[in-house]
Amino acid sequence: MNISVKNPDTEPVEMSYSEAIKDALDIALKTDERVILMGEDIGVYGGAFQVTGDLVHSYGEDRVMDTPISELGGAGIAVGAALTGLRPIFEFQFSDFATLAMEQIVNQAAKVRYMLGGEVSVPLVMRFPAGSGTGAAAQHSQSLEAWLAHVPGLKVIQPTTPHDAKGMLLAALDDPDPVMIFEHKLLYKTKGMVPQGHYTVPIGKANIARPGTDVTIVATSIMVHKSLAAAEELAAAGISAEVIDLRTIRPIDRETVLDSVEKTSRLACVYEGVKTLGIGAEISAMVAESHAFDFLDAPILRLGGSENPIPYNPELEKASVPQVDDIVSNVTNLVKGKI
Amino acid sequence: MAKQKMRNVPFALKKYSSEQLKGALRKMYLIRKFEEGAENCYTRGLIHGTMHLSIGQETSAVGSCMPLAADDQITSTHRGHGHCVAKGAEVSRMFAEFFGKETGYCKGRGGSMHMADVEKGNLGANGIVAGGIPIAVGAALSSKRLNTGKVVLCFFGDGANNEGAFHESLNMASIWKLPVVFICENNKYGMSTSIERSTSVKNISERAAGYSMPGVTVDGNDFNAITEAVDTAVEHARSGNGPSLVESLTYRWRGHSKSDRNRYRTKEEINDWIDRDPIIRFSSFLVQNSVLNDEEVKAIEISVDAEIEAAIEFAKSSPDPLLSDVTRDVYTEVAQ
Repeated sequence: MNISVKNPDTEPVEMSYSEAIKDALDIALKTDERVILMGEDIGVYGGAFQVTGDLVHSYGEDRVMDTPISELGGAGIAVGAALTGLRPIFEFQFSDFATLAMEQIVNQAAKVRYMLGGEVSVPLVMRFPAGSGTGAAAQHSQSLEAWLAHVPGLKVIQPTTPHDAKGMLLAALDDPDPVMIFEHKLLYKTKGMVPQGHYTVPIGKANIARPGTDVTIVATSIMVHKSLAAAEELAAAGISAEVIDLRTIRPIDRETVLDSVEKTSRLACVYEGVKTLGIGAEISAMVAESHAFDFLDAPILRLGGSENPIPYNPELEKASVPQVDDIVSNVTNLVKGKI
Repeated sequence: MAKQKMRNVPFALKKYSSEQLKGALRKMYLIRKFEEGAENCYTRGLIHGTMHLSIGQETSAVGSCMPLAADDQITSTHRGHGHCVAKGAEVSRMFAEFFGKETGYCKGRGGSMHMADVEKGNLGANGIVAGGIPIAVGAALSSKRLNTGKVVLCFFGDGANNEGAFHESLNMASIWKLPVVFICENNKYGMSTSIERSTSVKNISERAAGYSMPGVTVDGNDFNAITEAVDTAVEHARSGNGPSLVESLTYRWRGHSKSDRNRYRTKEEINDWIDRDPIIRFSSFLVQNSVLNDEEVKAIEISVDAEIEAAIEFAKSSPDPLLSDVTRDVYTEVAQ
């Protein structure tokens, strides 16, 4: 229902998440001369996660630009290009490397429009492969989306399905302001049905991924999939969980969350970023500050990343972020009044 | 013999009409008196915040912008009032910005450090040292990709030459042969730290060699020298040969900002530069070469004084922004 199909082509086809992104990039490059891709090893190498793949062969090195390993300069050039007529889509090789470019993202891209009294806009799209689960340890596994979601001027999205990955990227390209897209690396190979041709999925609208009546689980990114798996198990135990795929963390779709909590009377927030001062704190506060607070029958539950860098050891790595079992047990306790 | 003589004619006289040169002198006075006016308003408590004055650097700003076409673009720095005027901004709207008014260039949201005039090609001053450098390179990328023929002039100070953004940007501008000219206005101090204490090379233009681009150091207080150097760099960029680095040696008479107590330099040093006022140097040059006479110089000063006075009045009487508009322009409002 959130899809506006501009060119209803033929039937949807099955694609992986990364193929869906590539499909969106292909459409953008084909239909808009102003679109350029920038990033490290996105050309003949095809990108560290093979998202851009062979696009350089179709569009050439002038439009699928390999940058040197210069995150700050590269990001800043993308900001300058966006300010002056191009539509750059900048890929960070790993979201962790965006820490090198914070100056340009936070001080420039996010603020130029406001600082200049609305005289300019920065139609910039940045992609951040994020998250743990690949054994790449502390500097290649972080979930830093809440950092950027703290900055007015940016929009921050986390598509969770191939369908949304394509539709939200195309929506980001239509957006006059900078849109930061966090893509969980473990989602790249997941598959789903994707419409062909151009369509958009709106930024700022959450999706009820699974309706339910006993508890609202607000999840982001890969935690949506884990929450859906948990909901399946919870259903077997007689607990009906509603899973909200937040999709956008700035601006947050307040209405969908509050309406759901009003219906279920219980709230759990599940996200991979470090628990403290994360998305869950914002969602919890939003509910606590609203009329939905009166509907709560239990304390609010947050399940987030543990308070440590992501470790290398696979068992430690798993233990550092919420898993399906954690969601099942904690939500069960929540519903049964044990929290 | 005539040819020999022509070769000795200063660059400015060969290249520009009397009207253009008078215009350049007027802009220098406009910058000087704009900043003196701003300083005065600050002292009298009429404006708040801080400011970074470029008094003493006017020739560098005006001379650097002289070779630019109207639709060429610049990026500027925290010490950017001069660049803004040099690229054609109106001092009335600059004062309005200083006063935080809705009629200011940034509608009162940016202030001194974010002064911009996008219509005239000034993409904005910047509060972050070296923050504008990659942005300038990005604008040059747009120029090349969209074939607009624009050249981008990127101003920064000596302090910026030790930021990573400077080095990354020069490298990428070079490998992609982008139409950008890097102007390092070396006024000897990054806040209090001298170039000798902060920088591994004697001349910042030597950095250009590391990025395979032409680099030159000139006296930025000499109109002929700075204008000719930038003109060469702009032509180099416009004809597709890529970037250049021009180091413009100059000096700020005032402190870094309003809190500066000048503990890192001597009165003698400051006075030595004040004695060699670049504006007087340029006006003397013009008078000596009969571009204009002393009375005309005086007339320019008087007209600038009047313009400044009117600009301050405009700023004072302009409307304040509405408090209810505090979040306007964080995002673009898209018609539903």
